[in-house]
Amino acid sequence: METVNIFLMGKKYEVPSTLTIMGAMEYAGYKLIRGCGCRNGFCGACATIYRIKGDQELKVCLACQTKVEDNMYIATLPFFPLVKQVYDINKIKPTEMIMMQLYPEIYSCIGCNACTKACPQSLNVMQYIAYAQRGEYEKCAEESFDCVACGICSSRCPAGITHPMVSLLARRLTGKYIMPEAKHLTERVNAIKNGDFTALLEDVMQKPLEELKELYNNREIEK
Amino acid sequence: MYTLEMQKSIEAVEATRQARLNADLKRMTADEKENLLKKFHPDYKEEGFSILKIGANKGDKVPTELADLLQANSRLKGVKINLSKVDYDTDVLIIGGGGAGASAAIEANEGGAKVTIVTKLRMGDANTMMAEGGIQAADKANDSPAIHYLDALGGGHYANTPELLRKLVMEGPAAVKWLNELGVMFDKAPDGTMITTHGGGTSRKRMHAAKDYSGAEIMRVLRDEVINRGIEIIDFTAAIELIKDTEGKIAGAVLMNMETNQILIARAKTVVIATGGAGRLHYQGFPTSNHYGATADGLILGYRAGVPLLYADTLQYHPTGAAFPSQIFGALVTEKVRSLGAQLVNRDGVAFMNPLETRDVSAASIIRECKERNNGIETQEGLGVWLDTPMIELLHGEGTIEKRIPGMLRMFMKYGIDIRKVPILVYPTLHYQNGGLKINANGMTCVQNLFVAGEAVGGIHGRNRLMGNSLLDIIVFGRNAGQQASKACKDVKLKTLTLQHVKDFENEMKNAGIKSNKVSPLLLPTYTHRNK
Repeated sequence: METVNIFLMGKKYEVPSTLTIMGAMEYAGYKLIRGCGCRNGFCGACATIYRIKGDQELKVCLACQTKVEDNMYIATLPFFPLVKQVYDINKIKPTEMIMMQLYPEIYSCIGCNACTKACPQSLNVMQYIAYAQRGEYEKCAEESFDCVACGICSSRCPAGITHPMVSLLARRLTGKYIMPEAKHLTERVNAIKNGDFTALLEDVMQKPLEELKELYNNREIEK
Repeated sequence: MYTLEMQKSIEAVEATRQARLNADLKRMTADEKENLLKKFHPDYKEEGFSILKIGANKGDKVPTELADLLQANSRLKGVKINLSKVDYDTDVLIIGGGGAGASAAIEANEGGAKVTIVTKLRMGDANTMMAEGGIQAADKANDSPAIHYLDALGGGHYANTPELLRKLVMEGPAAVKWLNELGVMFDKAPDGTMITTHGGGTSRKRMHAAKDYSGAEIMRVLRDEVINRGIEIIDFTAAIELIKDTEGKIAGAVLMNMETNQILIARAKTVVIATGGAGRLHYQGFPTSNHYGATADGLILGYRAGVPLLYADTLQYHPTGAAFPSQIFGALVTEKVRSLGAQLVNRDGVAFMNPLETRDVSAASIIRECKERNNGIETQEGLGVWLDTPMIELLHGEGTIEKRIPGMLRMFMKYGIDIRKVPILVYPTLHYQNGGLKINANGMTCVQNLFVAGEAVGGIHGRNRLMGNSLLDIIVFGRNAGQQASKACKDVKLKTLTLQHVKDFENEMKNAGIKSNKVSPLLLPTYTHRNK
């Protein structure tokens, strides 16, 4: 088994080279409580900072998605105090004003691009903040869609911007107000409420098992 | 990235790809499916199960790992608890911070109740976050709740509880509308029409999605809404036993701070168990697609309080867990990959089944292809078959993968595998707990004012769940539990709090001669090296 040396919070451990950082921590004996969620790159619980010995640059990643390397100094970032403004989604509107009211610090962006460089999802973070500044929420939503809200971008931001919260607001505004309504959905909800589909369902529900099997096995399947 | 042997097999897959593109792959007959399941589905492997000796399901079989926890010692055994020193006092106590818990919290708050969410990890650390494929709802012109009902009933082997399934399909469209109005960005055509696809076992295209981040998109919106409403969240704190009052009604839960082990008492007029699934118990040694906390805690708490389990012997093995590379072994490869046209192909490039059979049938078929027919591809962890992802762009055009399944593209790209160009290796992974605690159509258990929602419920999906029906069920039954709990709490007068049921269960264990060296609920799995 090929092994590498890693340094967890500065302490040295020898671990198999095939492991992820998260796997390596557990291999070393850590029983994780913080800094571990879906273990699959979706939840953003395991933001991690590392540096390779001899290298100046601090790098960031998700511990569950990143393989260990030899001489890796690892520090986890299991919590970051992101600013989250509260609002009533039914009362706000997708105007430029709303960002100014809730997250005015986005206008202090100095364009250093540290957020983009830090994103473990390779998102163009600074670009989506620019969209948010201009009130282009649909573009902001699209650009930020794969955000897992790990908070690494914010930890690197000299302007104190909470990028994941800004983009979350943009996405909710887009989903609720900007994308066109699904009319067929509204109609169907009303029809069900109206009882239009009740008899059809009850007719199926009261059928004996053999008949249900017959129906199921011969049902028409949409191409 | 792929080994030489794998690369050789890929050549065989490529050689047949063009011919397979337009092939109409035969679906199995009912008999073929039944025989296949009996022989190859892990649910039929008797040695993976044990018979319960005590409790409401005495005499029933459940997975051995679950039986060991159901019949284990309470974390409170030998601990002195003062139930009169109440740390949290609330109307609706929700155990679990996933999609079901969040939906319940929002509706209970809407109903005017004081709501408290307790979760052992962070709010939103849940299987909901990882659901990729989508959410079903019968909202298209050629579809109806009745057709949805039949699809789910046949897929569930006719074992679904009719009243629960009725609720699921009838309230499906309203659930999707509710999410959309909270700001969930569903995939839509320019005119607003929902873009919907098939899932395994659906007869209509009713799978709504938000790219392949469907669950994550839903969860982050719900979490944001919970916070906006100022709902109390106690995170990194687990519920370790339920509390009743002297009349037998539910009355709260004993909590434990996960970091300090401090014991806390939450008194509540109603309780909603929304603790999710059990993948991290690794039944029969399978890897899992589940999140870190999926350890069946709610089933343990409920069972000790006297709530029966329904179909706890049926698990869903998702047919396409990642089989390679080993860093993502067991991780979910969304069914949407097959919805978009990727076929399951063996070592020699043969598409050995229709890729849109139900999950149990697909999983069993892959296991047969590898174990009996020896047509699998060897990996470090075992075996796998190809999921021919490059077909997707041949069928739907270049750019489809990045647009529709960006999460999958990203997941494999990290390991140097471009799924647009090469197929990926998959093998079944433990994915979903079909069974769970028994509830009535109002979401309540046999214990007064104790509700259950989400994956911890048994009966909605019968003995096998269809893709897209769990994101739907957490919303429909989560909202329902929240509404019912907030209604119920208005008339509740709690008597003296008691843990007598925990004592009784302990005595029952003793009388049955069960000596356990385990404590439960498990709370978190153990992966540390020194314990291996």
